Amino acid sequence: MHLDEIYTQLIMEHNKSSHNKRHLNNPNIAERGHNPSCGDDITLELKFNNNIIEDASFVGHGCAISQASTSIMIDLIKGISIEEALKLVETFIGMIKKEITDDNELEILEDAVALKNISNMPARVKCAVLAWHTLKEAIAKQNVQ
Amino acid sequence: MSNLNLEKIIKDFPVLSQNFNGKRLAYLDNGATTQKPSQVINAMSEYNKHSHGNPHRGAHQLSIKATEEYDLAKEVVRQFINAKSIEEIIFTKGATESLNLVAQSYGLDNIKENDEIVIAISEHHSNILPWQRVARLRGAKLKYLYLNAEGRITPEEIVNKISKNTKIVSIAQMSNVLGTINPIKEIVDYAHKIGAIVIVDGAQSAPHMKIDVQKLGADFFVFSGHKLMGPMGIGVLYGKKELLEKMSPYLLGGDMIEYVTEQDATFAPLPFKFEAGTQNVEGAIGLKAAINYIQQIGIDNITEHERKLTEYTMDKLLSIPYIKIQGPKNMDNKGGIISFTVDDVHPHDVATILDSYGVAIRSGHHCAQPLMKYLNLPATSRISFYLYNSMEDVEQLIYAIKNIRKWLGYAS
Repeated sequence: MHLDEIYTQLIMEHNKSSHNKRHLNNPNIAERGHNPSCGDDITLELKFNNNIIEDASFVGHGCAISQASTSIMIDLIKGISIEEALKLVETFIGMIKKEITDDNELEILEDAVALKNISNMPARVKCAVLAWHTLKEAIAKQNVQ
Repeated sequence: MSNLNLEKIIKDFPVLSQNFNGKRLAYLDNGATTQKPSQVINAMSEYNKHSHGNPHRGAHQLSIKATEEYDLAKEVVRQFINAKSIEEIIFTKGATESLNLVAQSYGLDNIKENDEIVIAISEHHSNILPWQRVARLRGAKLKYLYLNAEGRITPEEIVNKISKNTKIVSIAQMSNVLGTINPIKEIVDYAHKIGAIVIVDGAQSAPHMKIDVQKLGADFFVFSGHKLMGPMGIGVLYGKKELLEKMSPYLLGGDMIEYVTEQDATFAPLPFKFEAGTQNVEGAIGLKAAINYIQQIGIDNITEHERKLTEYTMDKLLSIPYIKIQGPKNMDNKGGIISFTVDDVHPHDVATILDSYGVAIRSGHHCAQPLMKYLNLPATSRISFYLYNSMEDVEQLIYAIKNIRKWLGYAS
């Protein structure tokens, strides 16, 4: 595993860019996600319009992998339905766990495919999946409300 | 560069001769765990091949051999920290279990409502959580010694926090994050004057500096085997005999009893009262071999070797503008640990990038979340040295550190 395959251009750009790192006005839900073993700590904010994720953002801190993964995910989920978002979560986690390897199946992940190589780095897997688990939790809570 | 034969020492450690990703290994994560020399690996293997039995239990030859080896290991530990007798040496799983034992036994036996327990903000979680529980169960107060801007505990802080209500002070001799060596003697003297007892967590100090529990005056002293080249799963609790004798047993079961009836039991004398169940004998054998190895090199030579490496590394790091060292920037009362941050790069990325250069360090909160919060940092990266580290390791580290920011798209 070479560093080039992890710290790709896209991941570096998302790590440095703060376009998704902000608070929303009156979000429907703010869900905190935390990796106790390493300290990555994000809060994902979501605004729903019925079944559609109208807007999303995050605040918090963490490594380049967790920050880029969160930012890429937010770009993907804005404007799509809850069901579509859950499908993305499932596909992303499947990719990182190496359970989904078919490129056609991974296509829906668009830019998030850039994180595929993290699946070869056991120590960093939890950084990549933090935002996606947090999104799933947030949606589960939204559905209860 | 120092009084130890580094070339010979490095050859004793099979793990160090490996390459990772085609890179020479620079193992600088000794605060987490240390590597074992062949002498330790072989001692455990020899024991398993020739002497394995359950000590203190049988009349047959293997049980007798195992008993002799186990008791000898205890005597080697006694000498290592200069305890008065082997009755004061209790084998545990590690420093964490030793601290839990003292908290659950001495702590719960002696702490009453409104008493105070004093620890430092820089403690490892293993020296925080057991006291939180004692304080909660007994209605006592848990107070913290805070650090000055340099990361040190001042004499004023000791006098301000340790009060007439203080019954227990529990403190690490060396911080596992900042490498600071705390003023144990001053704390012990002041606490004793007030009538409190002192527990010293030696997990980071005992492997690297001369320990004399009698001179230190500590009532309890704990350390782990695996941080001084021994195996995981063996550690030590030293306690003053008069305190241990009055304490309730921690675990109950085989080998720690005198008489057992249907409704009652009396307990074995020290140290067996605190060693319920079959013990980690091969761990004790490994620990003995590790201590013998240290003594053969000379603990003062190890301290001096690490001091030189740490000082050189710190000077190099201080000359890099985007590196910030946490804690003291000089070697006064500081061991071989350096915590640092790299501007704009998260510590986990630092660790991943250094790993790709063959450099093993630790990143994270180092099981010291209250300290991280106190320093207002989410995490740091930590370099920690041991006797087998060389200038070559340091040069490899510095070269890798100078390349970190490039990987995240910064010009320098």
